[in-house]
Amino acid sequence: MSDYLILQTVEPSNSGALGRSLGLAAGLAQRGHRVTVFLAQNAVLSARRAARDVGLTDAIEAGVQLLADDFSLRERGIAVDQIRPGIVPSPLESVIDRLAAGAKTLWH
Amino acid sequence: MAKTTTLTFALMDAPFESARTTTAMRLLDIATRRGYEVNVFAYEGAVMLPFALQKGHLNLAHGNDAEQENHPLPKDWIDALIRQAEAHGGHLRWVNCGLCVDERGAGEAIEGIKTGTPADFWQMASTSDNTLVIPTQ
Repeated sequence: MSDYLILQTVEPSNSGALGRSLGLAAGLAQRGHRVTVFLAQNAVLSARRAARDVGLTDAIEAGVQLLADDFSLRERGIAVDQIRPGIVPSPLESVIDRLAAGAKTLWH
Repeated sequence: MAKTTTLTFALMDAPFESARTTTAMRLLDIATRRGYEVNVFAYEGAVMLPFALQKGHLNLAHGNDAEQENHPLPKDWIDALIRQAEAHGGHLRWVNCGLCVDERGAGEAIEGIKTGTPADFWQMASTSDNTLVIPTQ
């Protein structure tokens, strides 16, 4: 089993990248790996309850840990109670924690 | 004595263009505050990040002179990060891709910036605990 960290920074209406990243993350989790997807910058817009689900629910159900950069959320005026269940606001320190622990990391 | 964590980052975005640069600087800030050994390989437009001739400017639309505008300059962020790393017992080693520097006339970098080749990136990555490549999009 390996640890994976996937960083996603692009809002899904501009690109299909988030959906593809979530599909990759879900597939890795289903194969028994520990997978974290970290949403930052405009990707946190997809964390809102009101945003179109491009695979977040499937990824969460597959066991992927979904984190959203708390700074990016504050920059965009997204309150914690506006966030989809299963997505956890997190400081950027959690990315450095995982890098230091040797997680296989992909910035997409 | 505990082994020091070493992280390598590859940056590609030019300054003043992308939020990825801000996020990259935030990551470097955290790692240097922890006293980690931090390597940066700047490729393509990212070699302009430590360009020494960056200047702040006034903003006539806001009625600010250059001092009031206090325009953020990546070269100053990098200089501060290098100093911060040392203050916390680590180092920030920054290598600009030499061909990318030549293409852009970016040779006048701030103190502490080295010029190298992608082989330096390979060397950094192969001796680090982990490597993060932050690509352009």
